[in-house]
Amino acid sequence: MVDLSVDIAGLKLKNPIMPASGTFSEELAEVFDLDRLGAHVTKTITRGWRDGNPTPRVCEVNGSMLNSIGIPSKGVGAFLEKVVPFYRHYETPLVVSISGNTADEFATLCSEVSVDGVAAIEVNISCPNIEEDGKAFAIRPSSTYDVMCKLRAATKLPLWAKLTPNTGETPEVARAAEEGGADALVVANTILSMAIDIHSRRPKLGNLMGGLSGPSIKPIALRMAYQCARATRIPVIGCGGISTVEDVIEFLIAGASAVQVGTATFIHPTAMVSIIEGLESWLAAEGLSSVRDLIGTVIDGEQNEAVVFMEAAP
Amino acid sequence: MMGVHKKLVPANDAVSVKAFEMPLAVKENLPVNGEYRKLVLDAPADLLARCRAGQFFHLLCPQAGGETPYLRRPMSIYGFYPETGELHFLYKVTGAGTRALATLGTGDLLNVLGPLGEPFTIADDWQNLVLVARGVGLATLAPLALEANRLGRHLTAICSARHPDYLMSTDYFADLGADVITLTDAEGTSEPQNLERVIEELVAAGKAHAFYTCGSNRMLRLLQEIGARHGIPGQIALEQQMACGIGMCHCCVRPFNRGDKQVHLRVCREGPVFDMMEAIAW
Repeated sequence: MVDLSVDIAGLKLKNPIMPASGTFSEELAEVFDLDRLGAHVTKTITRGWRDGNPTPRVCEVNGSMLNSIGIPSKGVGAFLEKVVPFYRHYETPLVVSISGNTADEFATLCSEVSVDGVAAIEVNISCPNIEEDGKAFAIRPSSTYDVMCKLRAATKLPLWAKLTPNTGETPEVARAAEEGGADALVVANTILSMAIDIHSRRPKLGNLMGGLSGPSIKPIALRMAYQCARATRIPVIGCGGISTVEDVIEFLIAGASAVQVGTATFIHPTAMVSIIEGLESWLAAEGLSSVRDLIGTVIDGEQNEAVVFMEAAP
Repeated sequence: MMGVHKKLVPANDAVSVKAFEMPLAVKENLPVNGEYRKLVLDAPADLLARCRAGQFFHLLCPQAGGETPYLRRPMSIYGFYPETGELHFLYKVTGAGTRALATLGTGDLLNVLGPLGEPFTIADDWQNLVLVARGVGLATLAPLALEANRLGRHLTAICSARHPDYLMSTDYFADLGADVITLTDAEGTSEPQNLERVIEELVAAGKAHAFYTCGSNRMLRLLQEIGARHGIPGQIALEQQMACGIGMCHCCVRPFNRGDKQVHLRVCREGPVFDMMEAIAW
């Protein structure tokens, strides 16, 4: 019997596989039993109503996708009334993903969703702040630290900070999140990208640009997960292009304590279930009794910090 | 929608599962004319029993023929036949996904997810139905003829195309007992004034209790006008770029008029069939 359980800052998960925010909802219960998962992670909500971005909101690029959905949200009231009760019927812990335009609004929402039935809060500090300057909190260490301090003061629940790959300061941002009070890091969100229809000469997304997700971003997310695991003492949850059990194993070896599966669920709605089963068989075949024996076992020699934390390709 | 928040039982218990993800064997995948192909899949009875006219499947097109489609492609059901164990799709080869689909041969497997979305409804007092479609839109509306036939309703199918050679499904409709009216650009019969005259004649003859359409802005506007004029309801099947197909990602929304507000609804989940009068021309 293989032990798949992991511990994310005191929150025990029966396995390290969970959905990435935005690629999961109650509707998936119509495809498989959601209690198979290590955690449930909701689509990001904002305090108030948001319509989301103009269509097209999605387009395909070779082997991956771009999206610009714009966080349509029914607001915190509808969320507490409809969504949280739905997940209370499951044993699997519920992680609520939230976002805000300002640090204060973000913190208010953080406090509002700290209710019975919510096990942790994923703070999406990596979505661009369209109303402000188009930047995301997690692009800079200083704005990351400031928003995390306010969020920390707003809740006693574990805080998972979701970082962005659109930064040149990955280890600094990771440390700023830790110092600001994050209990874990989710590494990472989508990468800002663009696609143009050559016939109409119009951008393929209604919102001009969007986030790249899918297998093409996996090496980038893996590099960041590795750097964040090395830069901080808090658990890292890998996220980005994970589609197979081999991808999961690679992230765990790099130092991630758990992973999120996102776009792969759009291709195969049962992808997470297949991955959980595959992970158990793989560990058994390798003679490992616990998935925890894999975490951070990368053999990377005695590299100096400038190599581990490099921010440009050598 | 998830109205009742009850604990759902595991996916291997067919009671809770509304959508299947499974590989189906190709029985046949042949051209029907210069532009369209018909794909026939071998499907299990429990899958076919769940299919309804207007619903769609999300197809995982193969990486074949030099094509590398990534996301699934939504495709409306053209026909479903529990008696022969067949699921039919009609498609036009236009992009990477459909070019890859066209490479499938008899015995090849195609991974499908479905049936998905809200089907057409036929209210009890809609005895005489009028379907208006053009081109590949006829594929989406074809199963409505099956359903009308099963319910013993009378159907008039107004089929429009560029040229008589591209008129599809007219035999399909006629075989199911529908009155078929064909309009083509080549014969100069498909312009809006003529279509309006044809529909008004049906209304006057008491043969139009409800309209069904899809795909065309021009037809939507015309049917909304005629519907408003005579108080005739209708339904429209709509398309939008999709990612997940089951309602999670919110990629496939479209705007609709509801009361005095405009709302965004998901084509994959609240649709693809919508109230015709609420739809907004694009």
